[in-house]
Amino acid sequence: MSVLVYTESDQGKLKKGAFEVASYGKAVANQLGTTVTAISINADETSVLGNYGVDKVLTVSSSELESFNAKIYASVIKQAAEKENSQIVIISSSADSKYLAPLLAVDLQAGYVSNVIETPISTSPFTVKRNAFTNKAFEITQINTNVKIVGVSSNAFGLVESNGSATAEDFSPTIEASNLKVESVDRTTNKVTIADADIVVSGGRGLKGPENWGMIEELADVLGAATACSKPVSDLGWRPHSEHVGQTGKPVASNLYIAIGISGAIQHLAGVNASKVKVVINTDAEAPFFKAADYGVVGDAFTVVPKLIEKIKAFKAQQ
Amino acid sequence: MNILVCISHVPDTTSKINFTDNDSKFDANGVQFVINPNDEFGLTRAMWFKEKQGAKVTVVNVGGSETEPTLRKALAIGADAAIRVNTKATDGFKVAKQLAKVITDGSFDLVIAGRESIDYNGGMVPGMVAGLTNANFVNNCIALEVDGNTASATREIDGGKETISVGLPLIIGGQKGLVEESELRIPNMRGIMMARQKPLTVVEPDETNSKTASIKFEKPAPKGAVKLVPEDNLDELINLLHNEAKVI
Ligand SMILES: Cc1cc2nc3c(=O)[nH]c(=O)nc-3n(C[C@H](O)[C@H](O)[C@H](O)COP(=O)(O)OP(=O)(O)OC[C@H]3O[C@@H](n4cnc5c(N)ncnc54)[C@H](O)[C@@H]3O)c2cc1C
Ligand SMILES: Nc1ncnc2c1ncn2[C@@H]1O[C@H](COP(=O)(O)O)[C@@H](O)[C@H]1O
Repeated sequence: MSVLVYTESDQGKLKKGAFEVASYGKAVANQLGTTVTAISINADETSVLGNYGVDKVLTVSSSELESFNAKIYASVIKQAAEKENSQIVIISSSADSKYLAPLLAVDLQAGYVSNVIETPISTSPFTVKRNAFTNKAFEITQINTNVKIVGVSSNAFGLVESNGSATAEDFSPTIEASNLKVESVDRTTNKVTIADADIVVSGGRGLKGPENWGMIEELADVLGAATACSKPVSDLGWRPHSEHVGQTGKPVASNLYIAIGISGAIQHLAGVNASKVKVVINTDAEAPFFKAADYGVVGDAFTVVPKLIEKIKAFKAQQ
Repeated sequence: MNILVCISHVPDTTSKINFTDNDSKFDANGVQFVINPNDEFGLTRAMWFKEKQGAKVTVVNVGGSETEPTLRKALAIGADAAIRVNTKATDGFKVAKQLAKVITDGSFDLVIAGRESIDYNGGMVPGMVAGLTNANFVNNCIALEVDGNTASATREIDGGKETISVGLPLIIGGQKGLVEESELRIPNMRGIMMARQKPLTVVEPDETNSKTASIKFEKPAPKGAVKLVPEDNLDELINLLHNEAKVI
């Protein structure tokens, strides 16, 4: 009856989303008066999950699971859910988790709801609140099946520490063969990804050209942030498509989003509005983004950003 | 190659989102509907397979008769035939069930759907279809080539991309990148005229129960006013971000 959380790892290291789903799972388990079991695949160090409310970790280590495969991973999670007799399975909003969730839902004959932002409003009937219409609205959805899969929106519930400890149990699921073969992987190394970043620094057409991105990257560096851009910036080839954020690009749900030289078109805002705090730097005081922002500087990016970099460096130095 | 492109009929990206019936239903009044952007990328890629590799392209929507103009638009862009499964799309699973039946009945070997619909943002239909039909599945697909019975699909991952080789039948959850923005097509007069002659078949749904139900909608609380900081006092911005917002 345990709540099952899929705690994702990357090259052996648990991802931040793993601690979020653990925290969320603990809150749901409290509502139901039950415990939390985590399933982790090829993660090196899982006892730390205890600090976020996990009671038991099913640890799977297998060289066959080295590269992510949605179908096979879904089957591993299904076997864990059956072993634990879990009625509720919680996953994060990472690209991989969102990839495997619908396959898992079919395997478990479960109802699946994505982008959930709070603990269930009610557990019977099981009702959750989620983001819909690309952050323009919330939808209250009921899951009517015995087994339920909840996809938790990044950064929405956050990390909640609790002083428990997690026991580890080796788990050896049956691993199916796959007819899907990863030929090559191309990772931008040593860069914070938009999906995992607490802070995102984003540039728009106001920056005039790709040659001016040095200061965006430097600002991101001093903040430990990921870089992003508006759609025309990627369409013009100033930045890679993978940096395009917004309704038709990547969604952003960071703690802090800094928009520089971005006007704040409705499609851009829709995709980044889930970020908690938004700062806008724009020469035009009438730019629509100011209406959606928490803090703003009306000014020229070419003078404001370099100054801001120096100030933040000084601030970090005295921290 | 027999390609099915799944088309979700969604409010235009600039639409104001409102609800009616006590906030239990989306208010379609005055809203312009379009082909879901992720599906438009997929449809455009399908046109490439049609023109370069002689594929036949069918588009499908699960929905009421109000979605037919969107299907006609897909025909005007160049799809050969359209199917509408005549039932309300009440949840992702129900839609997936209907699509699975269309795929089995029509023996499609490549199914192109989108990563997510921009209305309900479920992000689940293509994966569920793959699960139900036992086809291979690649999500977040940003490039796709097919050679005989094998495809090479590139998938965006957090922080990079990976290229996968995979056999047909295959379902993809596509997105921007499948084609360049500049390759997207606006239907021309000839396309619109031809679309009128193309078959749009309405099929009745399979019995399926939804697994989830939408109960109610809410809109985000209006945002408070922005706090403006003069550009010669950036220390104040840092102070606010550190002490008030607590984000740095
Ligand atoms: C179907 C559809 C989907 C779309 N999806 C997306 C999406 O997902 N993401 C997205 O971003 N857009 C999307 N768009 C495009 C969107 O409508 C806007 O065109 C786009 O967001 C504008 O980008 P921008 O703000 O960088 O450029 P602009 O609108 O040109 O704004 C540039 C801003 O920079 C400011 N500026 C100029 N010089 C300076 C300076 N020196 N210092 C500081 N500020 C300066 C200007 O005042 C202006 O506000 C979509 C559009 C459509 C039709
Ligand atoms: N009612 C529908 N009819 C046809 N295809 C759909 C429908 N709903 C969703 N899809 C397809 O599934 C993709 C993902 O949708 P969703 O799971 O609703 O976010 C869309 O981009 C479409 O390709």
